[in-house]
Amino acid sequence: MRVIATVAAWLDARLQIEAPVLGVVQHPVPSRTASWAYVFGSAAITAFALQVLTGILLALLYVPSAAEAWNSLQALNHDVAFGWFIRALHGWGSNFMLAIVLLHMVQVVLFGAYKFPRELTWIVGVLLLLVTLGMAFTGQVLRFDQDAYWGLGIGASIASRVPIIGSKVVALMLGGPIIAGATLSRFFALHVFVVPGLLISFVAVHVLLVLNLGINEWPMPGRIVRRDTYMREYHDLTHAHGVPFVPGAVGKDLVFSAFIVAAIAACAYVLGPFGPAGQPDPTIIQTAPKPDYFFLWLYALLSFLPPAAETPILLIAPPLIIVGLLVLPFVAGEGEKSWRRRPVAVLTILLVAVTLGTLTHLGTHTPWSPVMDAWSGAPVPTAQLTRRSALERRGALVFQSKQCRNCHSLGNSGGQRGPALDAVAVRLTEDQLTRQVIQGDGNMPAYGKNLTPAEATALVAFLETLHPRDELPARDASRTP
Amino acid sequence: MPVQMNRRDLLVKIGLLFNGVVGVLIGMPIVRYLLSPLARAAHGESGGAWLSLGSTDDYPSGETRLATFRNPVVTPTDGETANVACWVRRIDAENFQVFAVNCAHLGCPVRWFPQSGLFMCPCHGGAYYSDGRRASGPPERGLFEYPYRVDGRQLLIKAGEMPTPGTSAARNDGRSPCA
Repeated sequence: MRVIATVAAWLDARLQIEAPVLGVVQHPVPSRTASWAYVFGSAAITAFALQVLTGILLALLYVPSAAEAWNSLQALNHDVAFGWFIRALHGWGSNFMLAIVLLHMVQVVLFGAYKFPRELTWIVGVLLLLVTLGMAFTGQVLRFDQDAYWGLGIGASIASRVPIIGSKVVALMLGGPIIAGATLSRFFALHVFVVPGLLISFVAVHVLLVLNLGINEWPMPGRIVRRDTYMREYHDLTHAHGVPFVPGAVGKDLVFSAFIVAAIAACAYVLGPFGPAGQPDPTIIQTAPKPDYFFLWLYALLSFLPPAAETPILLIAPPLIIVGLLVLPFVAGEGEKSWRRRPVAVLTILLVAVTLGTLTHLGTHTPWSPVMDAWSGAPVPTAQLTRRSALERRGALVFQSKQCRNCHSLGNSGGQRGPALDAVAVRLTEDQLTRQVIQGDGNMPAYGKNLTPAEATALVAFLETLHPRDELPARDASRTP
Repeated sequence: MPVQMNRRDLLVKIGLLFNGVVGVLIGMPIVRYLLSPLARAAHGESGGAWLSLGSTDDYPSGETRLATFRNPVVTPTDGETANVACWVRRIDAENFQVFAVNCAHLGCPVRWFPQSGLFMCPCHGGAYYSDGRRASGPPERGLFEYPYRVDGRQLLIKAGEMPTPGTSAARNDGRSPCA
């Protein structure tokens, strides 16, 4: 022990950091902030540290070349001792980090922590959210598989809609005219150098601000933030009733951070690494690309926006949202901090959470996508074929062979792009069915050119049989006596 | 009052100026370097060479088949990503249509279903008729088309960049086969 003390004293005589470090770790914090609600910031840093560690480990073997990346990921998964585990840690770590960052943000909003004097802390926090999303997107590209390839295509298609300079933005994003070697190289540089550099700088400023301004106190209903009195009140709170951060408040941070690392490791061990999915070969088109979960909400949104509104919303909404977040502390910089007195904040968070949750759920199940193999893979339910005439059965065959099933379900199997047809005869008369099939309408293509009159007649005859036993098919009132 | 300047102040000013000059000197090549993808993309866009998709005999009349080609603008590390797929529709003996596989909505690969005569996109459900016109779903236009010509018995197309709604492919509707 004496040797350690001697070495420490020798070092500190030169570095002279003991006093400032002690000042930082023992700075007083309001006693009620030693709470489980205040552990997300430190947990985000812990998750990021794990990402840096596992990222460096992966970079030892990953080859950032369009020709080799996929093979090097396969080698990591199968040929290297615990390569799969390091990949899994990095993948699950990114999911956890994003989730913790979002929880941290929710806590900050609910506790009014962005109010005076912590406006800049909030602004840097918003930048941190953006660069974290940037890490997530660029990281998804480095898992250079089919999803990454076509995901880049989606990104390029969105970028290309920028007026006038769209094609130049795409070229700069892809590094050339197509998604290829230069694309992966630049996303590697972004993911490994540029964005982490920004992230580390922003974290440093963020933590510096937290230390200099002090952690946000536990909000009490009725304790109003005013610019002229807040600093004095906070000083009283920390110095009269505060505790030193170490050891007063750090315990819960330590426990939660360890819990997060344990949870990441457990997910990684049990559930394994993400992909890579199929090879990034653009000539293999039998694929249904999908983004990772944190962009599923956007993927879902893109199928629901009206086509004409899509481009304006894609280009205008993100800047508006970001500006809205950035100006929040200037619009609501004073007043109540407690969530009990801030219904708008609580409702906004609930609204955003429900919206993102719903869109993510829809993005997981993609009811708008045709089921590409339903026509050959999902048989017509037997009940809908028994006691049918030859013409109606012929119609069932047409129904399958013309891929109707890819968009329309029968007996809960098949696509959900169009309405389920189990009871279509109740909704549409024979003439309406014929017209809908031949001319299409709403969101349905016209099949007139691809059905012979005999096929169309058979198909409509089959559709006419699709009604519940106790409900009669719709009839044209003008024709039935 | 005459401006007073001692040697140290002068040296600071010269030092700042010198750094500025050096910064501009290395800054210009850096900017050119960063913008080089624009030149490569422009090459793919306009230069976009005529490529062979093989013999016209490979494409029976009245059918639509998948063809692949190697992009004319490549780098040594592209690997299989420089291979590009397209749908070739042979209308009759002389007339073709060559569609990009990329959906005009967000670029996912569309698949051809000959039975129903539709191209369907797996991402957001865009659908196109056999002649590339939009049939339904979120795309705002029909499929992108490559210009083609028939040289002897070779089917040639002009290609070089990934078609997206904002690129030149979007302006080129392929309506006028330049045979």
